[in-house]
Amino acid sequence: MDTTPESPNLPTSPQGPSEQSGSGVAPSSVPLLSLRGVSKNFGPVQAIQGVNLDIPDGQVTALIGDNGAGKSVLIKTISGIWPPSEGKIFWKGEEIHEHSPRSATALGIATVYQDLALCDNLDIVQNMYLGREETKFGTLDEIKMELATNQLLKDLSVSTVKSVRQLVASLSGGQRQAIAVARAVMRDSRLVILDEPTAALGVSQTRQVLELIRTLSSRGIAVLVISHNLNDVFSVADRIAVMHLGSLVSNGPISDYDTNSAVELITTGQSSRVPTTLAPSS
Amino acid sequence: MSAPHVEDPTLHVSNEDPNSASNLIGNLYKRLRQGDSGMVPVVVGLLLLVTYFQIRNAAFLSSGNLVNLFVQATIFILLGMAEIWVLLLGEIDLSIGITSVLGGAVAVILVDPQFHVSWFFALPAGILVVTLIGALYGMVVVRLNVPSFIVTLAGFLAFQGVLIYVVDSQGTGGTIPVHEKVLYNLVYGNLTPLWTWILAIAGVAIMCYRIIKRDMNRRASGLVTEPLAYVITKVVLLIAVGVILAKIFDANRGTFIELRGMPFAIPIDIGVLVIGTFILTRTKAGRYINAIGGNSEAVRRAGVRVNRYRLLAFVLTGVTGGIGGLLYVSQLNGVNDGPPSTLTLYAIAAAVIGGTSLFGGRGKMIHAVVGGLIIATIYNGMALLSMSASTQYVVTGVVLLAAVTVDSVARRNSASR
Ligand SMILES: Nc1ncnc2c1ncn2[C@@H]1O[C@H](COP(=O)(O)OP(=O)(O)OP(=O)(O)O)[C@@H](O)[C@H]1O
Ligand SMILES: [Mg+2]
Repeated sequence: MDTTPESPNLPTSPQGPSEQSGSGVAPSSVPLLSLRGVSKNFGPVQAIQGVNLDIPDGQVTALIGDNGAGKSVLIKTISGIWPPSEGKIFWKGEEIHEHSPRSATALGIATVYQDLALCDNLDIVQNMYLGREETKFGTLDEIKMELATNQLLKDLSVSTVKSVRQLVASLSGGQRQAIAVARAVMRDSRLVILDEPTAALGVSQTRQVLELIRTLSSRGIAVLVISHNLNDVFSVADRIAVMHLGSLVSNGPISDYDTNSAVELITTGQSSRVPTTLAPSS
Repeated sequence: MSAPHVEDPTLHVSNEDPNSASNLIGNLYKRLRQGDSGMVPVVVGLLLLVTYFQIRNAAFLSSGNLVNLFVQATIFILLGMAEIWVLLLGEIDLSIGITSVLGGAVAVILVDPQFHVSWFFALPAGILVVTLIGALYGMVVVRLNVPSFIVTLAGFLAFQGVLIYVVDSQGTGGTIPVHEKVLYNLVYGNLTPLWTWILAIAGVAIMCYRIIKRDMNRRASGLVTEPLAYVITKVVLLIAVGVILAKIFDANRGTFIELRGMPFAIPIDIGVLVIGTFILTRTKAGRYINAIGGNSEAVRRAGVRVNRYRLLAFVLTGVTGGIGGLLYVSQLNGVNDGPPSTLTLYAIAAAVIGGTSLFGGRGKMIHAVVGGLIIATIYNGMALLSMSASTQYVVTGVVLLAAVTVDSVARRNSASR
């Protein structure tokens, strides 16, 4: 079926099993970001189809699903890497036209991509501030940027890099990931998207990143995090969204799920215990 | 957090005393091995070449010949710097040797008595022609996604035709001489010895001031600084180079009449070098041009209008090449209908010998200076030893290969650490 609610002032999520949806039309009930019927195909490959998803302010939404389920394609669509093939994206109830990485940045969407998207030929500071350099009299303010980078890395317990002036090419996988995460969280954002942010991280850095995710959401920032680690998901998320073969098969507050039902949804796209958003058709 | 003192020892390059001599050399060696020594190998190569030629012919290091060499290097240096803008993106301009001369030809024709345009308009017009061609290339590359290799190869052929047509259409038998003082003087005019010294001292003073100020600012902010010995060495070297250059230019190199002072070509070179370096290292545009060569998709995802900066790089190649073209026609004292088909390749060679990568993401304006000096040294030195043009080509080719090989070996070592 093809229900694509197109009311300009999206009331709330179409299914929302509990919380939020009821009560009045308080402004906070408009989700920060809403996807309606979003699809993306690459030629004949249908990567995601008909995704309806609301991301509320100040909450951590975990996006889970098997390899190739379409998670990364979905968050890249949200980040404006490419326009959706079909469907609409709403920001605070307003439809976004002409979405691009630039407009996403302007709205306050900061993303850590699975491939990290760092420039190997630049140093840590330069990568950290890429696209948002601090300037003084029109020229780059290197000292300010370097000081802030030092402080940020310290806050994130990234203590193993020798110098913030070393090229990113010379960093280990985990260090690179830490840099990418630090870059995404350093600016005041409204929505922080993290695609497997802890995949390459050590124990203490992983703990730091999870802590950081909580801090962000407590500051009212929305977080969308992709992870294959269900322990992390259940320890940090407020909501869960499950993708299976390109469709969003279930989403709701974390309390509706447990590890078993989550695994079931990830592997089969269905669960006997949790309501799925998709009528099992195809 | 009290003060902006981030004195976490793990963030320091090294906890040992960085000023001790053994450490200095050790650091240098390490940087060499890691391939970020940058210029050291090529500068050593240049010094070896100079030594060789000086041993073979004592006139090589005479001030007359050195000034000559610098002037010969000018065109390689300027066109090399032009090339670096696009090389940084991972693009290439195969036509700069032709388009720049076309711009020069336009200037020569405009100042010719039959048009009699003031140099004040004619020289910028020449630069503008090359800039517009650069912008055209940029548009085609950025908007239509045609590889720059193809676009500029097509331009190389097409503008060669245009150049021949423009020169021949003047009806002066395939050669247009320069009949105007300013254009002629770009290469053949000299500063007075007094101005030569003023310029040298001012230049060195400003550079020293910047080096010291930068070091002090970083110290004041509690950031890691280069060892003091480095800073002092740099300052001393700068002063030495400044004094030596001023002395070379100041010496009388005339045979019948007295001839002293710095040719105007030199401050033009240095001006372009300084402005280009400033744009590349101190502005957002330069940062993005570097970054695009490293990972253009990452730059796009950071919300940067990538295509705008790619276009800008092509335009800057045009501007720089346009200046080079003016010096070329000045040096030749005119322009003829036999286009210099190897000039582009020398420009690319100058950039690459100096250390700029053909694959983008690595390059500095100074690379073209060192590379251009090396090419001019070979050219000049071999002529001095009366070696044939054929030998010159072979030697230049070998030097190019050697420079790139040394560089890539150093880089591989750094990658496999
Ligand atoms: N740029 C692209 N061009 C063509 N197909 C693509 C592209 N990006 C993704 N796909 C396809 O879309 C599908 C979903 O990929 P996606 O990267 O979203 O998976 P994922 O859920 O992030 O998986 P993982 O957990 O392995 O990261 C895959 O079948 C993939 O092959
Ligand atoms: Mg993925």
